[in-house]
Amino acid sequence: MNELENLYQELIVDHSKNPRNFGKLEPHDHEATGYNPLCGDKVTVFLQMENEVVKNVQFHGVGCAISTASASLMTERLKGKSQADAEKLFTEFHGLVTQGTADAAAQERLGKLQAFSGLREFPMRVKCATLAWHTFRAAMRGEEPDISVE
Amino acid sequence: MAITGLPLAVHPTSASSSETLTSADVARIRQDFPALHQMVHGQPLVYLDNAATSQKPRSVLDAIDHYYAEDCANVHRGVHLLSQRASDSFDAARQKVQRFLGAAHSKEIIFTRGATESINLVAATYGRKNICAGDEVLITAMEHHSNIVPWQMLCDEKGATLRVAPITTSGELIIEEFERLLTPRTKLAAISHISNALGTVNPIAHMIEMAHRKNVPVLVDGAQAVPHAAVNVQALDCDFYAFSGHKLYGPTGIGVLYGKAKLLEAMPPYQGGGDMIRTVSFTKTTYNSLPYKFEAGTPDIAGVIGLGAAIDYVNAIGLDRIAAYEHQLLEYATQRVSPLPGLRIIGTAREKAGLVSFVMDGVHPHDLGTIMDRQGVAVRAGHHCAMPVMELFGLAGTTRASFAFYNTLEEVDTLVAAIQKAREVFGQ
Ligand SMILES: Cc1ncc(COP(=O)(O)O)c(C=O)c1O
Repeated sequence: MNELENLYQELIVDHSKNPRNFGKLEPHDHEATGYNPLCGDKVTVFLQMENEVVKNVQFHGVGCAISTASASLMTERLKGKSQADAEKLFTEFHGLVTQGTADAAAQERLGKLQAFSGLREFPMRVKCATLAWHTFRAAMRGEEPDISVE
Repeated sequence: MAITGLPLAVHPTSASSSETLTSADVARIRQDFPALHQMVHGQPLVYLDNAATSQKPRSVLDAIDHYYAEDCANVHRGVHLLSQRASDSFDAARQKVQRFLGAAHSKEIIFTRGATESINLVAATYGRKNICAGDEVLITAMEHHSNIVPWQMLCDEKGATLRVAPITTSGELIIEEFERLLTPRTKLAAISHISNALGTVNPIAHMIEMAHRKNVPVLVDGAQAVPHAAVNVQALDCDFYAFSGHKLYGPTGIGVLYGKAKLLEAMPPYQGGGDMIRTVSFTKTTYNSLPYKFEAGTPDIAGVIGLGAAIDYVNAIGLDRIAAYEHQLLEYATQRVSPLPGLRIIGTAREKAGLVSFVMDGVHPHDLGTIMDRQGVAVRAGHHCAMPVMELFGLAGTTRASFAFYNTLEEVDTLVAAIQKAREVFGQ
């Protein structure tokens, strides 16, 4: 049961029930929609970039607790980050949820996002947590999201 | 050494011949299923995902093993003893399927990879030959993707139209609408016997009669039906009937298409290759007779033999008793699950098979599925390959517990406790 409580910890349950930065962002200059056909989760990420910095980011969509909380916590973390830092965070978050590890510096950068380290024990749910991140990165890069890679 | 290569006794429950299964019967039956006796995440496995695939009894595993260990040879090609034994077992399995479905001839039984391929076969042969621009194919709103997409592809190719008979909010087909949609343009009706997402049992005998009155042939998708109810294709008078072995306690990779001989004979072949021909030259090939015309290449011999063993197993228990017992499980589960706060059962047809599909306020089906898995309870969460059904109910998905005759009332209690645990996690 410990693994379960570690996954569905208070922070994640809270963000899943009361997602922050939820709703369409107006105005926005970047947008992408990610879809996980396996479970039907769908998320749209809206960005306002300024001088290669994430000035504002919001999302909407439907999904499970993990994907909703991940999107919510992601938006909190990304605001004010440079594009390069955001890319780095993507990689570090990805490493955290797939391998469950992050070095001390990465841990500091991940902050609250470390709540998702418990996903390591739930490989079937990794895609739920990374959907918002793939969608964000695609929006920022102006690409189509690809979540078939986990 | 048995010449037939199938010396395996079937002994599921020589037990009581009452009308349902007693808990002692079920306890004995469970001993026949090795996969049921394991721990998952430190909890005893409670396998409630039978509509996705069922577990396999030892006799099926033994039959497959026996073929590979003792009789491994190609069928209908060799003069040697092993080929004869393999061919005998293979042919015997076809006859078992014939009797199981109540078909008139064993040549009406075509082996495929599964229900999906069976339906695609009909679309690619019968459909391509008989459906033209302006024609219509009629399905229902509760079909599995495998009984939607092949018809959609065919309609796209031919300029035909796919019509969909609607269902009620309880998940029952609106039979008057089905009848109304049978028109002179309808060239085929393709309907599920039992819905995998809702559990609805369709009145297919009545539907087939309606269709035939308008000269519309009917394909029945029986993937969810054959494991749980006795089927007789002659009594139903259906034109095609499709099912998969793996939901019937048999191996994956093997399925069946039943078709009326008259129709099958008039249909063009499906795939080209060995076994489906009579003579081949570079100018002309003549095709083999039924059923081989539709079975190009080396078949899944072990799969066919395993399916035969699964049918023996199910017959030894008796589908009537299986249906009666599974109905008890359904009633008990419905009674235990429906009062849970915030929980709503999706699919409440009066005639229902042994599955409970549900949603819970504030808990997404996938989170429910994960939390239940950690308590040993295997259920399916998602759209169940029936996205149009989910859309109709305005849902991304449901959580589904589906029963088999080896499940127990105690397992239903574990299911309920697991759902309650999920509510706790989410503070509902
Ligand atoms: C109603 C129904 N039809 C068809 C299928 C397809 O079966 P298979 O995937 O074995 O070909 C399924 C399996 O989920 C089903 O439930």
